[in-house]
Amino acid sequence: MTGLVSWLGQRTLEILRILGHHATFLVELIRACPAALRRPYFVVAQIHAIGNLSLIIIVASGTAVGFVLALQMYYALVTYGAAESLGLIVNLSLTRELGPVVTALLFAGRAGTSLTAEIGLMKAGEQLAAMDMMAVDPMSRVLAPRFLAGVVSMPILAILFSSVGILGAYVVAVLLIGVDSGNFWSIMQSGVDVRRDIGNGIIKSIVFGFICTFVALYQGYEAEATPEGVAHGTTRTVVIASLGILMMDFVLTALMFSTP
Amino acid sequence: MTDIHQIAETTGHPNADLLVEIEHVVFGYDASRTILNDVSLSFGRGKVTAILGGSGCGKTTLLRLIGGVHPVDRGTIRIDGKVVNARNAAQLFALRRRLGMLFQFGALFTDLSVFDNVAFPLREHTDLDESMVRDIVLMKLNAVGLRGAAYLRISEISGGMARRVALARAIALDPELLMYDEPFAGLDPISMAIAANLIRTLNDTTGATSILVSHDVQQCFKICDYAYLMSSQGKVVAEGTPRQLNESEDPQVRQFIRGEPDGPVRFHYPAKPLAEDFGVTA
Repeated sequence: MTGLVSWLGQRTLEILRILGHHATFLVELIRACPAALRRPYFVVAQIHAIGNLSLIIIVASGTAVGFVLALQMYYALVTYGAAESLGLIVNLSLTRELGPVVTALLFAGRAGTSLTAEIGLMKAGEQLAAMDMMAVDPMSRVLAPRFLAGVVSMPILAILFSSVGILGAYVVAVLLIGVDSGNFWSIMQSGVDVRRDIGNGIIKSIVFGFICTFVALYQGYEAEATPEGVAHGTTRTVVIASLGILMMDFVLTALMFSTP
Repeated sequence: MTDIHQIAETTGHPNADLLVEIEHVVFGYDASRTILNDVSLSFGRGKVTAILGGSGCGKTTLLRLIGGVHPVDRGTIRIDGKVVNARNAAQLFALRRRLGMLFQFGALFTDLSVFDNVAFPLREHTDLDESMVRDIVLMKLNAVGLRGAAYLRISEISGGMARRVALARAIALDPELLMYDEPFAGLDPISMAIAANLIRTLNDTTGATSILVSHDVQQCFKICDYAYLMSSQGKVVAEGTPRQLNESEDPQVRQFIRGEPDGPVRFHYPAKPLAEDFGVTA
């Protein structure tokens, strides 16, 4: 019994220590953001590095998801004679859920791992220590620009993902299956609310961008300065960021769409 | 630039002869292992002072403590009469602007070119226009013989060249104190001689104070004015000029300087008796 209590106590203390460490890191990161914003060219360079270079995977995935979504929805809807609702369902699925969530998962895999590896290797190569010894704060010079770039890039990528997804669905539904083009667009126009559907989707993607980038930077900064340490850090980035995104998606969906 | 004299914690007047004073410092990364055990050293202004010792004896840790990377557990470190307080970020950053440090493997920024690496501290800490930055960077690179490599990427230069680029970066802001962490590690004989010559020449021409951490006795003795020898227990076991240390009769000093495999520093890591480990009974 004493052993169990001791084990529980140790685990609780360990969890509290990890949470405290994350919180301290987050506070330092946010405090470094104003300094990073005073030199916006570093943020812009990072938006290019982690945003622009994720474009191909986002566009390709968005198109593929749009294709599949249109096919699957058409087969389901046509059974009930509701094929004309296809455009609306595709749009709501993409803007509310698939756009932000799938983009964030892809972002964690593409940009998140890249950030973790980059920061981890900078640490292993003593680049961050060298910067610190040159009286340059690595938090505001290296981490904060990447954090801001991640938070800015994510919603843009999610909007892009949803847009090409809708175009992909249009190609399959209208050009291949033969759904009426006017109906496809008009039901979308009348059934989608900009603030409730698109706006909430963008808010979701900002939150997911925050989670992804924070996890990636933390794992890189705290990675053991060895090849194994960096490898473990990148793996943890994908696992923790993905779980965080999925859990937060449930919470946000419950808050945003609790009423019909 | 912030005036260190206004914000530093002052406990004494600057010593005219000494730039760095380390007094009774005790330090360990965790409570279970003490790295530095009551060490006291001092570094003369304008001198090249070497800290010698085997791997893991705390030489690099000592440099990190001087730079305020970690707070000491006990004792004090003074630079120019001001106590280094690792918990005072403003003081540390003001202090570090007066330091230059050469890391063991250069620690160059791999996403920047040779030129941009050397320009980094100038762009971060000064408002000089780009033409002035260019001139200073080329002058520093010329001092280390790499003006012609200014626009190469870091991946295109050798280990010896990387060390020289890091040296050019360390002296970019003309620091008062230069710290070298294992500047000769992993270099071929020519690169090693170049590095040693540069350390001495730069020290003499800039008037800086240099602290050199190394286990390469011969190279250090060629260029240093004074040296400390540290033991694996994190203590200073000997000090003196290269000549005094060469003539020392102390067994620990002789073993280290002559590179003898066994002596006061044992060849075998502490272990159970051989018979016990192999299950042999008498």
